[in-house]
Amino acid sequence: MRSSSSSSSSSSVVLRRKTPCDGSDSDCDVDFEAHLNSELFTLTYGALVTQLCKDYENDEEVNKQLDKMQHSFNIIIYIINHCQISRGYNIGVRLIEDFLARSSIGRCQDFRETADVIAKVAFKMYLGVTPSVTNWSPAGDEFSLILENNPLVDFVELPDNHSTLIYSNLLCGVLRGALEMVQMAVDVRFAQDTLRGDNVTEIRMKFIKRIEENLPAGDE
Amino acid sequence: METRFTRGKSAILERPLSRPKTEVSVSVFALLFSELAQYCQGRVYSVSELQARLAGLGQRVGVGLLDVLVLREKSGKRETKVLNMLLFIKVSVWRALFGKEADKLEQANDDDKTYYIIEKEPLVNTYISVPKENSTLNCAAFTGGIVEAILAHIGFPAKVTVHWHKGTTLMIKFDEAVIARDKALEGR
Repeated sequence: MRSSSSSSSSSSVVLRRKTPCDGSDSDCDVDFEAHLNSELFTLTYGALVTQLCKDYENDEEVNKQLDKMQHSFNIIIYIINHCQISRGYNIGVRLIEDFLARSSIGRCQDFRETADVIAKVAFKMYLGVTPSVTNWSPAGDEFSLILENNPLVDFVELPDNHSTLIYSNLLCGVLRGALEMVQMAVDVRFAQDTLRGDNVTEIRMKFIKRIEENLPAGDE
Repeated sequence: METRFTRGKSAILERPLSRPKTEVSVSVFALLFSELAQYCQGRVYSVSELQARLAGLGQRVGVGLLDVLVLREKSGKRETKVLNMLLFIKVSVWRALFGKEADKLEQANDDDKTYYIIEKEPLVNTYISVPKENSTLNCAAFTGGIVEAILAHIGFPAKVTVHWHKGTTLMIKFDEAVIARDKALEGR
């Protein structure tokens, strides 16, 4: 049986499933299997990134600090990139529960299996695309996910003054947050990005260590 | 504003505008939206400000969506009558966004400027539950923003507000001029 997922206690807009399980089949919330056309998702993500850019450019305090710094504009982009990661992290820690409940995947034995599950099951389930897993490091602790098309960036172009913005950085946060909840500390970053002129989108994931159960979760 | 150029690939402007084939799951959208709401909440001081922020974000989405939808659903012909416009929203816009039509479209009994779009369980509120102290907050203000932007840009300026009534109700109040124009069109 699935219970309500945990929420961040500080905010008052709580994340929780509302539809109760009626016990008729193993997958209770039939509605959550439904899929949406990706347009609304793409546009909503665009609105979020635009809002982030606006907020951090107009932020009084940020600007005061930036007056003192040389490469001020790069700092704004750096902040936005980081903000996306933390937003993504919040999404990831909830997404993993949804994922574990909906797929019957058990614990992965090693990092290779994790990579396969992420690419073939999770990405397919949530974003409707299947990236390929390549470029394994010799030690087997680092790999790349290559995405031919990324639904987050349909019809998106980066203007000049945001050329260092990692638009889909949210994805990195989601992956990091989700894996941390299953006791894996990973480092996730974009190695290539179609929005910045590369041919494909490449996400590089590196296994850092297994997290022991008694460490407080989610300490940033 | 800033000048922009397409870096090498201007292919983005040549892409066809047909419905995208990729489908994302409901949960990933609902999670993204919930995160959006929490982000906005961290930067405002009141419920009405939060709703206004969500409406603002919805307006960005609506602006991007309008031309594409009119092109696809109506082969580029825009509606000229209020009722047809509202049906377009209830059916086509809702289906493009959420995969199904809105539940009900009603007109106010006493006011010919006001219409209601009613939905029992809006998709955007799937992963949002509101505690008692903020009970007036309805995150479907985001959808309200989408509708408001679409109406404004298609020539039917209106104010859209969101209420908890029979589920979620979007109250659409058209400007005087819109109704007057509509009446004149009927008289012709």
